[in-house]
Amino acid sequence: MLDNLHVFRDGFVRTLGLSLFSAVGALLLGSVLATMRVSPVPPLRWAGTAYVETVRNTPLTIVFFFVAFVLPQVDIVFSFFAFAVMALTIYHTAFVCEAVRAGVNGVEVGQAEAARALGLTFSQSLRLVILPQAFRNVVQPLGSVGSALIRNSSIAAAFGVQELTGVSQGLATANPGDVIAILLAGIVCYLVLTLSLAGAVGVVERRLRGEPR
Amino acid sequence: MRMSLTRTRQRSAQTTSRAASASHREPRRRTARGTALLLSTALLAVFALGACGGDDEAEVEPTAAPAATTFPAGSTMAKLQSGGTITVGTKFDQPLFGLKNLRGVPEGFDVEIAKIITNALGIPADKVKFVETVSVNREPFIQQHKVDMVVATYTINDKRKQVVDFAGPYYVAGQTLMVRAGESAITGKDSLAGKNVCSVSGSTPAERIRTEAPQAKLVLFDVYSKCAEALKNGQVDAVTTDNAILLGLMDSDPGTFKLVGKPFSTEPYGIGIAKGDDEFRTFINETLTAAYADGRYEKAYEATLGKVEPNMPKPPAVDNYTS
Amino acid sequence: MSLQLADPPGPRGRRRILVVSMLAVAVLAALAVLAVRRLADNGQLDPDIWRIFIDEPDLRTLLWEGLLDTLRAAATGMVFAVALGVALAFARLSTRPAVHVPAAALVETLRGLPLLMLIFFAFLGLPALGVDLSAFWALVLGLTAYNGAVLSEIFRAGVLSIDRGQTEAAAALGLRGTQIFALIQFPQAVRRMSPTLVSQLVTLLKDTSLGFVIGYTELLRQGRGAVEVLGSRYALPIYTTLAVIYIIVNGSLSLTARWLERRQSVRAGGSTGAAATGTGAGAGA
Repeated sequence: MLDNLHVFRDGFVRTLGLSLFSAVGALLLGSVLATMRVSPVPPLRWAGTAYVETVRNTPLTIVFFFVAFVLPQVDIVFSFFAFAVMALTIYHTAFVCEAVRAGVNGVEVGQAEAARALGLTFSQSLRLVILPQAFRNVVQPLGSVGSALIRNSSIAAAFGVQELTGVSQGLATANPGDVIAILLAGIVCYLVLTLSLAGAVGVVERRLRGEPR
Repeated sequence: MRMSLTRTRQRSAQTTSRAASASHREPRRRTARGTALLLSTALLAVFALGACGGDDEAEVEPTAAPAATTFPAGSTMAKLQSGGTITVGTKFDQPLFGLKNLRGVPEGFDVEIAKIITNALGIPADKVKFVETVSVNREPFIQQHKVDMVVATYTINDKRKQVVDFAGPYYVAGQTLMVRAGESAITGKDSLAGKNVCSVSGSTPAERIRTEAPQAKLVLFDVYSKCAEALKNGQVDAVTTDNAILLGLMDSDPGTFKLVGKPFSTEPYGIGIAKGDDEFRTFINETLTAAYADGRYEKAYEATLGKVEPNMPKPPAVDNYTS
Repeated sequence: MSLQLADPPGPRGRRRILVVSMLAVAVLAALAVLAVRRLADNGQLDPDIWRIFIDEPDLRTLLWEGLLDTLRAAATGMVFAVALGVALAFARLSTRPAVHVPAAALVETLRGLPLLMLIFFAFLGLPALGVDLSAFWALVLGLTAYNGAVLSEIFRAGVLSIDRGQTEAAAALGLRGTQIFALIQFPQAVRRMSPTLVSQLVTLLKDTSLGFVIGYTELLRQGRGAVEVLGSRYALPIYTTLAVIYIIVNGSLSLTARWLERRQSVRAGGSTGAAATGTGAGAGA
């Protein structure tokens, strides 16, 4: 077990990398998508809805397949790590979008009306009035999406990225006597990541709520 | 036209209001309960619909009538025979060895070998349950008696022998390399430095190539067909695993790939059983040895591996753990 | 209904929106055409490989059986997970520390564990404790444990978002804690959280595919197996079909929920306002 610590560390770092890159990507694209879904432009709203309903209802494995094996067919070739980040981003963008949208809808109607009455444009009222308030409501759900993302990154093991799950599988094969111990070690690694995320989310949320105004 | 429409609407409105007043309840509560009922009915319907479906385990089609033998009382063989059923772990996604066909029945050399054993146990072919074993669950399945034996391109090695016992070997493979047909830079395992080499996550070949070609960059998937796809797309430069499996990949895509270099390992495939069950192991070994001699082994080979490699290698001598 | 974030656009605004929309559609269409042509050049859109569903009746049967297996595990898992979720939410909302502390600990642990591992250990760990489960029930147990924990958080968030005055009024009317939960809080919580709830049930359905680790073959595994049998040429048609099946099944789940929601809000006399933001939305595999 101890001999293989560096192997575990490599897997851990790769899981962390996959999660971080995809989280940033999903956060950005998800916010854009949420903006589209609440925008006054009908085609943008339709496109946003179509994206969310398609991606959210498709298993992640299939999203991975389309990214890693269909994109190369149209001459889009990246490393498998980059493909995995793309697939995870595409998938979780839909969930981030829904979380942010729920947050926006959770802001009192009067706020938006006041903003409009003051003559703010769509982007101004969204940026200056709605989103800052929505963010407070959204921290906890976004944390849940992040936690799911960390665990979902394990699908990348089947698509050319040796992250925690792939590494655990390799070690389990090489050391058949310690299968249970190795899998437990893998679980602990995931728990470290998800629980520290949960802790961070708790801190951020308390900050946001504790601050006056 | 318009008249009648209006009348209908009025009537339906009346009915609704009458129903609402008759119930003496808030309409909201009523709908909530109705909703719950509707949802649970729908779920139950799906549940009931599914429950009458079969097991999730695949069953083989009946073949030959099993031979009747008597076994020592209390032995695994006697228990399996009187139980009349056996659970065999095999691969469901390994062409030529264990691959589930479109009718849901696993096919391949491993499956044929398993049938030779179960036949000798006197278990009718339709009572043999095949379950999928993947790399991480083979040993746990055997240890927990979730399966009675594992025939799944299962390489015998010392580490595995510490937790399970192996009958056989019944086949010896060797690890080698497959590249694109036009490839000239890769000639063997020593020319892999800096190249992307593909294999399956958690497999023995994947672990071996790390030491055999430490300079190579390893790319791992869950099945070999993805490796073949990635090789075709140019995303990897070589695929490495046991030669028999590579032959199967070449067979499904003729003219696209070729094998290079000499095999650089010996992979004796064994039949995994519970540790310490010497009687069962001896029984399987005797059955295999008999099958080598009377042509049953050859028949199994020709029906499966023989399609890509007509020259059957001499079957390996079984290991009776005498040393 | 939803929040109005901008004034209705005037004539100039409308024209601008039209131009931008048409431009966006044109760009997307051009990209789509390009992709389709590339795929066609690679033989991926060859009618021959897409006719596989007509040529191979066995393939249809295989996928149909896989779908039934998926639905069976998902439906059973949903029933148990909702039951567990309600129980855990009720326990966690209890005022007695002896009840809500263990409930909270259980929820947090179950939520943090990879579902794959829960299923694996339900199948292999429980026999050591004398409970031997079939692959089906081990999968259902794993799905129940994980989703029950997530659902309980969704229910709890829904209950917490209800005005406290309602609970107080109910208590003043002499209702007991259980009655308040069952008659006042829970029905409203379900209604408020229904989008998140459905999202989680969709996740549960998709997560049945993790049953492969204990040898349970469902739709996704059957489809993958079919690709192995038929060859990777057929990967695109088969995976596309799988995606469509999942979208139809999950989509009808969402649509049913939305229909029920709308029916209720109409009867209840207008929208209940914005749905509270939940803690759920676990994006499953």
